[in-house]
Amino acid sequence: MQTFADLNREIFNQSNRSDYLKKYKKGLSEKLVIQISKSKNEPEWMLKHRLKSLEAFYEIKLPDWGPKIDLDFEEITYYANATDQKGKFDSWEDIPEDIKNTFEKLGIPAAEKKMLAGVGSQYESETVYHNLKKEWEELGVVFEDMDVALQKHEDLVKQYFMTCVPIRDHKLSALHGAVWSGGTFLYVPDNVSIKQPLQAYFRMNAPGLGQFEHTIIILEKNSHAHYIEGCSAPKYGKEALHAGCVEIFVEEDAHLRYSSVENWSKDTYNLNTKRALVGKNATMEWVGGNMGSGVTMLYPCSILKDEGARCDHLGIAFANAGQVQDTGAKVIHTAPHTSSKIITKNLSKDGGKSIYRGLVHVLPQAHDCTSNINCDALILDPDSTSDTFPDIKCENTTSEITHEATVGKVNEENIFYLMSRGIEEEEAKSMIINGFIEPIIKALPLEYAIEMNRLIELEMENSIG
Amino acid sequence: MLIVKNLHTKINSTEILRGINLEIKAGEIHAIMGPNGSGKSTLAKTIMGHHNFKVTKGNIFLNKKSILNDKVCERAGKGIFLAFQHPREISGIKFSTFLRTAQKAKSDKTSSVIDFNKEVKDKMKDLHLSPEFTDRAVNTGFSGGEKKKGEILQMQILEPKLVILDEIDSGLDIDALKQVAKAIKEYHNENTAILIITHYQRILEYLHPDYVHVMTNGKIIKSGNKDFAKELEKNGYANYVAPTSYKLPATS
Repeated sequence: MQTFADLNREIFNQSNRSDYLKKYKKGLSEKLVIQISKSKNEPEWMLKHRLKSLEAFYEIKLPDWGPKIDLDFEEITYYANATDQKGKFDSWEDIPEDIKNTFEKLGIPAAEKKMLAGVGSQYESETVYHNLKKEWEELGVVFEDMDVALQKHEDLVKQYFMTCVPIRDHKLSALHGAVWSGGTFLYVPDNVSIKQPLQAYFRMNAPGLGQFEHTIIILEKNSHAHYIEGCSAPKYGKEALHAGCVEIFVEEDAHLRYSSVENWSKDTYNLNTKRALVGKNATMEWVGGNMGSGVTMLYPCSILKDEGARCDHLGIAFANAGQVQDTGAKVIHTAPHTSSKIITKNLSKDGGKSIYRGLVHVLPQAHDCTSNINCDALILDPDSTSDTFPDIKCENTTSEITHEATVGKVNEENIFYLMSRGIEEEEAKSMIINGFIEPIIKALPLEYAIEMNRLIELEMENSIG
Repeated sequence: MLIVKNLHTKINSTEILRGINLEIKAGEIHAIMGPNGSGKSTLAKTIMGHHNFKVTKGNIFLNKKSILNDKVCERAGKGIFLAFQHPREISGIKFSTFLRTAQKAKSDKTSSVIDFNKEVKDKMKDLHLSPEFTDRAVNTGFSGGEKKKGEILQMQILEPKLVILDEIDSGLDIDALKQVAKAIKEYHNENTAILIITHYQRILEYLHPDYVHVMTNGKIIKSGNKDFAKELEKNGYANYVAPTSYKLPATS
């Protein structure tokens, strides 16, 4: 049985045959957007939403800050369906062989066997496998593919869809609104606690194929859940784009932990938008690991909208050769007595560039807030760089914000110490790096913690002369 | 076991060791005394293979073979252990994980986790370390005494042949000093050799070295056997160390 820990990078870099792509044209047009909506048999309001988004996409310019985005939007295939049939498969046996192989390589069945609460995996733009344990369904939990949720729970979707991340937020959110496909819909009713993590595994497959999955998570009053997603994309020659969107609603006294391990292949742009609205005395925790992609721009955002709301942002970013990891966090305190904590650990190696970019904004009415920001960066060799751009705006005098940042190299005296105990240099470095990211890793469930450590070891391999 | 022959080392362009000769046989305890800046710690780190100290002349032999081209971890593998004057703080790595990794790296014998844990717990008890000690990150937030005891615990688990103790006595109160000295004494036998580096006679009262060397300005200026050690215990080593000569700063 293969587990995440046994994976090697090659598996992520193999591409399955993608003949089915021939049916779909590259580039963006009104015709394509209509075609997507019709093929999914969407309600009229969603088609209107898509067309409005497309309009906004043409109007809005790319951001004038951050890493260079060298992307030809006409060279991307915006929609593809990997299976000839529609909808989802009820059991593992029904899934076509090559898709199954991919999942098996990624360890999904193994994870399933470990009694995780549910598995929803996105292959290309349609979800082919979705499973939810009966007991949760009986409690009123909805854990569905986004397209299916739109059919089965239209009113619920309509109530929340792109209300947290509006179309006109930025160019990529507009693009997302026009061509989104698949993703996860999770609804947890009042007073329901899901003990085991719910997980979804996303994967892009065909060259030049963008992925625009849309995820909505709603936690009603006093409910608890942990949602996990991991992403990998195979390696291929063309620049691919990933512009997903995650919208989270955490109501009064509810508690959500959202964990993601993003390991897209190194020629993709990962321009993701993730945002949570956090209610009274509710808690939102973001745990993120960014290892892959050529360019990543990702700043999960919490809006602390009611009194006593809390958020934690924990993030690791690893920039290897040719990669730019521009990541961070955004927290808006709009209510009094709200608190936030941001801890990020950035690594850069072999010319990689890691950037912490963050915003903490405390509005005038949000009195007595606290925010602690802690960003550490480790630079593994002289070719690599790291930057920190913390933006702090505090508009009252009763709130307290602390910010600490460190940038350093792997301490040579520490390597000497470990080596003097018989440990090889490479292992010594790995240990120090594992120790550096430990505050984040310990927040992940065991399989994911192992996967993260393993992915970091893979990134470290052959790095020490 | 260890022969240091006419050893010269430089850090950047400054010469620190200026012709050290030293021979330590299995079963012996040696002590090197001397003031700050005399090169004692440099000698210890050079034997261990620290990259900052370039050997410009001379050689170091372990069991008759030169170790100058060996990497730090290879020297450890051959049985050299250095208890650091300032043990490093490695955040996020549990002491027990570190110890287990080091044990695995160093020896072929892999004791079971249960045996390993038991052995560690027993030794910790002897050293008067709290049971949570090994669950904490390596040396992170440890008191001075805990750090030094942690070094001794590593020695006991890794079972080296040549133990170099760089100021193991600094930062220890009298009880901790006794506990540490007892552990060293118990560890020492006819197959192991110990080199103690210190400023103070105090620890030597417990460990009774066979030989004592006085070092100053990168050289061993006087060596002697037990009698010399006793004399030093009584009178101190200051008499043997030439007063530092320096020029008065020029006044304008």
